Amino acid sequence: MKGLNISVLVKPVPDPGCYESIQIDPQTGILVREGLPNILNPADKHALEAALQLVEQHSGRVVMVSMAPPNALETVKEGLAMGADEAWLLSDRAFAGADTLATSRVLAAGIKKLGLCDLVLAGSESADGGTAHVPSQVGEILGISHLTNVTWLNIDTDANVRARMKMENGYIEVEGALPMVIGVSRGMNVPRYTSLPGILAAQDKPVKVLGLNNLGLDPGSVGLAGSPTQPGKLSRPELKRQGERLEGEPAELAKRIVAIMRSSGVLS
Amino acid sequence: MPEFTFSPAQEMLRKAVREFVEKEIEPIAHKIDAENSCPMDVFRKMGALGFAGVIVPKEYGGAGLGLTERAIILEETARHAAGFAMTLMTHQLGIEVLLSYGSEEQKRKYLPELASGKKLGGLAVTEPSGGSDVGGQQSTGELKDGKWVLNGRKCFITNSSEADVCVVTVRTGEDAKGRPSFSAFIIEKGTPGFAPGREEDKFGLRGSGTGDLSLNNCQAGEDAVLGGVGNGTKMALAAISKVGRTGMSAISVGILRGCLEEGVRFAKERVLYGKPIAKLQAIQLEIARNRVDYEAARLLTYYAIGLKDAGGSCDAEIATAKYFSTEAAVRAAKRTMDLMGGYGVVNDYPVGRYLRDALATIPSGGTSHVMQLVIAGQTLA
Repeated sequence: MKGLNISVLVKPVPDPGCYESIQIDPQTGILVREGLPNILNPADKHALEAALQLVEQHSGRVVMVSMAPPNALETVKEGLAMGADEAWLLSDRAFAGADTLATSRVLAAGIKKLGLCDLVLAGSESADGGTAHVPSQVGEILGISHLTNVTWLNIDTDANVRARMKMENGYIEVEGALPMVIGVSRGMNVPRYTSLPGILAAQDKPVKVLGLNNLGLDPGSVGLAGSPTQPGKLSRPELKRQGERLEGEPAELAKRIVAIMRSSGVLS
Repeated sequence: MPEFTFSPAQEMLRKAVREFVEKEIEPIAHKIDAENSCPMDVFRKMGALGFAGVIVPKEYGGAGLGLTERAIILEETARHAAGFAMTLMTHQLGIEVLLSYGSEEQKRKYLPELASGKKLGGLAVTEPSGGSDVGGQQSTGELKDGKWVLNGRKCFITNSSEADVCVVTVRTGEDAKGRPSFSAFIIEKGTPGFAPGREEDKFGLRGSGTGDLSLNNCQAGEDAVLGGVGNGTKMALAAISKVGRTGMSAISVGILRGCLEEGVRFAKERVLYGKPIAKLQAIQLEIARNRVDYEAARLLTYYAIGLKDAGGSCDAEIATAKYFSTEAAVRAAKRTMDLMGGYGVVNDYPVGRYLRDALATIPSGGTSHVMQLVIAGQTLA
């Protein structure tokens, strides 16, 4: 294997320090992102760290691919400061309002345009949407193997992949071959800090901005128009505490308490 | 007046330092203060990330940036641990004199390891006879058989125990008018006759070691003279204004931001009379005053530093920023304690430390009285 060409999917997400000021558009039910300071999606930083470690091990190149508005460019550049070689920002008004499928179509088109790489890494889920759909959807669209919630990854010099996927009650170890899309779990590594030399180097690294026309996508397949899922009506749940006094023998009371918990859905 | 903004790279630097400080320093900030201990491992990490050597040119292993970027690093560090920021500030003070006055050989010898944080720097000027009274220094240096022999005692020296490379000023003769003249020497830790003395038990800016340095027949070669014999006063005063006072001002801006953010957080969480105290106008006025002090200190500080980075002569602007920012930090910390009521004096909250740290910034690099004299002197000139 002559080095690894790795694409890392990154998403600028609202800074958790500003969650209090987040607004939801009452008409569309979509997050109002304008004016919110962004950070790189935390899980994506773990994916980028994994990519940088693999390139340090095997040599190669790391290109970040992100679908985001133009004002997210500086946030994406933070990945360049961490050590990525290049960034592709997929940005077009037509991409606005995309659900995960429409987003995955754009990201997959970007990866194809880049020239299908050996490995695509992404955070398993985003801090804002949290659906964890994108890595698998990108893998399906590209027609290559995909894994998600990966906590350990090894790629040998013959391009064989061994990975450990976190499950509810343990983990599954899988073996496969490149190319592959892998959703990285936060447990995989500790992302490196951004260094000052890294920040300075990032200012001169190549950044390419591509729109709908560059990617050759059908306008109906992207953005709000290409999204099969639409946000439903939003309502604030009413939280009330309710007390009920039970009297009787302890054994009988225990049965009644369990029955109440079952009927209210606390116990299945 | 031009628009006051930081460049994208400066904003990225701020984010990077903030992330580092929130992960590595904020969790131990209380411990640093309580134990008055300097986490040198954290300093080394900051060095490895390029933060300690921000003002060192690239050819000597640094980032080659200016005082503005340095102030960003100090502000972000001081947001959670002003005492530790003081260690970093003084390290860069030592770097500055080497950078501005060192020979090429001296720069190549010392700057790379100081820039990378492998070594810690310092500057020792103050003596029991005074700090701002630079001419009152009693320590001496005599040239005997081709070697300088240094004797005397320095006090209130930051990084006194930890510094690996320290620039020390001593009296070495008289100028043409018969006034004492001073020279600066680069002294390395462990040099015979050069040793740290007692450590001060400060009530603020704890975590930066402050103490005595003794010179007892300490021998220094002629290659240890920095900037030529007789130039010590000029270089010390220039470095203290350019790097010392701007650094203290930036540290104070960090404390001010801490006061503002902690005050806002508390005001939103603390419920009295059935609602958060942030809804009370009396509390809102305190928050507003903290915001005004923070914004004003920030503008004065980065304006003065910007002038310095542009190469201008701006001692009065720097003194103005230092005077206002340090005093404002004290006011803001007191206000924040007031709005927190009894919680303000509980050490589970950091605001008591902010007040102690803010008070300790005032004498560092020249008291408020001295700053006012500098401002008045330039204004009346």
